[in-house]
Amino acid sequence: MLQNNELILSGGTIIDPLNRRMFQSDIYIEDGVIKKIAKNLAVKVHKTSSPAKGSKPESNIKEFDIKGKYVAPGFVDLHAHLREPGREDEETIETGSYAALSGGFTKVCCMPNTEPPIDNEGVVRFILQESARVNFASVLTVGAATKGRKGEEISEIGSLVKAGVVAVSDDGEPISNPFVMRRVLEYTKAFDLPVMSHCEVKALSEDGVMNEGIVSTRLGLRGIPDVSEAAMVYQHILLADYTKSRLHLAHISSKKSVEIIRWAKEKGIDITCETCPHYFSLTDAFCSTFDTNYKVNPPLQTQADVEAIRQGLSEGLIDAIATDHAPHLASEKEVEFDLAPFGMIGFQTAFALGYEELVVKKYLNMVDYIAKLTVEPAKILKLEPPTIEIDKKANLVIFDTKIKWTFKRESIHSKSQNSPFIGKELIGKVMLVITGGRGFDFSKD
Amino acid sequence: MKFNQKNLLTIADISKSEILAILDLTATFRQVLDRPIPVVPALRGKTIVNLFFEPSTRTATSFAIAARRLSADCVNFAAMTSAVTKGETLLDTAKNIEAMKVAGVVIRSSHPGAAHFLAQRLMAFIVNAGDGAHEHPTQALSDVFTIKERIKKMDGLKLLILGDITHSRVARSDISAFTKLGAGVAICGPPTLIPPGIEKIGCEVFYKLDHILSEVDVVQVLRIQLERQQKGLFPSIREYRALYGLTKERLTKLKKPLTIMHPGPVNWGVEMDHEVSVSPHSVILEQVKNGVALRMAILYLLAGGEYPKSSSTEPS
Repeated sequence: MLQNNELILSGGTIIDPLNRRMFQSDIYIEDGVIKKIAKNLAVKVHKTSSPAKGSKPESNIKEFDIKGKYVAPGFVDLHAHLREPGREDEETIETGSYAALSGGFTKVCCMPNTEPPIDNEGVVRFILQESARVNFASVLTVGAATKGRKGEEISEIGSLVKAGVVAVSDDGEPISNPFVMRRVLEYTKAFDLPVMSHCEVKALSEDGVMNEGIVSTRLGLRGIPDVSEAAMVYQHILLADYTKSRLHLAHISSKKSVEIIRWAKEKGIDITCETCPHYFSLTDAFCSTFDTNYKVNPPLQTQADVEAIRQGLSEGLIDAIATDHAPHLASEKEVEFDLAPFGMIGFQTAFALGYEELVVKKYLNMVDYIAKLTVEPAKILKLEPPTIEIDKKANLVIFDTKIKWTFKRESIHSKSQNSPFIGKELIGKVMLVITGGRGFDFSKD
Repeated sequence: MKFNQKNLLTIADISKSEILAILDLTATFRQVLDRPIPVVPALRGKTIVNLFFEPSTRTATSFAIAARRLSADCVNFAAMTSAVTKGETLLDTAKNIEAMKVAGVVIRSSHPGAAHFLAQRLMAFIVNAGDGAHEHPTQALSDVFTIKERIKKMDGLKLLILGDITHSRVARSDISAFTKLGAGVAICGPPTLIPPGIEKIGCEVFYKLDHILSEVDVVQVLRIQLERQQKGLFPSIREYRALYGLTKERLTKLKKPLTIMHPGPVNWGVEMDHEVSVSPHSVILEQVKNGVALRMAILYLLAGGEYPKSSSTEPS
């Protein structure tokens, strides 16, 4: 960790996703605030400031030569599981928010499926205090939409909002009862809050463990049909349109869902949605070796679905990319496929996967890609837009797209290591993150 | 020639020529079984563990007998009554077995991939004796052997697999094994018990039994479990029998002989009439008998034994 009061980032390319532009410039940061954005700052600051200040030696200004690299606003993750309180053996606010930071995320939403769930002010306050104490990525809380995440009674959303939640969701479980979903959507209108929906028709997904299709048939594993997600996507879109509420669809994975979202957006229904890196980079064929790191919910789909997700991102139907970081212990995952819990960790591989699968493969240009990790998720949460501007706090991620690197077990900052990408070569790497007046060097990861 | 596989997990893993060599060796062991003292010393001093996490009578017994006929020490790890019920995981069990230095493990589990799980972690050879609805390779190989003995010509043979395909590991392994040897495979059952995409594995799908039964040479009838009806996958046993049961009425209408298999245990009067089993065309008990010889061949090969030079030579 670096704690210089004055920093210069020189020679990098600045990405401004809000105004959809890129330009070359240096950035001068003082006490965590961006003071200057101009070319050749390094030279100027060295020449003018050091003799004038006298007492401060020139070397106190830390200069980073980031020629050939990019600087973007810190990423915002709409969807992660930090497990605390309750499952501190899998992840804590401290390890999770540091792992998030190492992936370039300076803000991260934690889902309410903790033990106890985030369905009361006390848990919200605890998480926010813990996040402030550890001071890595700032943790934003998503409150439970219903009491105990049972999908029966609306939780005290008013108190949750007062305590600081930015959205509500029963994530991990769908709100299956359409009556309850309708009331949740209506009730949250009083607080102008998005309802994040985990779309799954339980009667269809049943006890399925992977996508239903040729691969599940061959493996004899119980399948989850893609209509399980799509049917609820459709139902919740209709309810959102009817109630004129803010619906955000979480972890969209299938072609059918993208088609329904296309229909809704073309019709002018005001909804947003996210997908995750694994849904545009992996298919259900990876389950063939029974590697439980590929077991996620919603399940990995076919190549046609992967293509539809990429296309959906490209066309702007899918607004944001979230990780759905879901840590689990090796002992929980190292069991028979159908007994393993769903989920994979995702912070440290998200940027590289998106760069390789979306930017290199030309579904998105660099600026639009970064927008899906920054301004778009911020817009969904109605946060101040992530920008790089004079007099704003420096929340920055510096990454290098020329670096090929191997994701190693030793470099995992999360407490859990359930990633199918361990040992895989990735392109594009987060090098440095600056937030809260501190710099974090991840170039050695 | 050595068998070039460490484990037997799926039929997909082995080639046609490997299957043929296994069948040759099975024929040799069949002769051994007909001797007054049906034992060979091939695996003397080697220990094979039978790890059965599901109730099974014939497969467990078949493997145990096969091991003993080869003079191996066979230990039944009765998982139903062991530490597993106290919450021990398959990983714990695997580590314990590894520590006991056994030559091979035969595993039966209700979880697809359980045999793969062990194979990825143990030095011992692994035989998949059925993993959920995934595969049951020794059953399929013994089915192939039984049919090859009876009908000789595999190329162009037509096999029908009848019943609950979705939950059947036998169906998946049979489709693989028979098609590898050049037979054509059809499946038939209620659409609710036919998994999506099965035709891509190499079979034709039929919903009406009477349309296909007269077209095939062999039928493999699968057990129908009552709990499938309780889960709403078909309306009643009565209707199942009427639409998909191998009844004597159906058989008498056929113009050519139909060889009948069933991997057992049979629900008499449900998927098959009892009269059918006593038909000269039923090979159900031969399947069981051949199962022992086939399992001897598999254990022998995986334990490092060599293929016989020709089917008449006896393994030493």
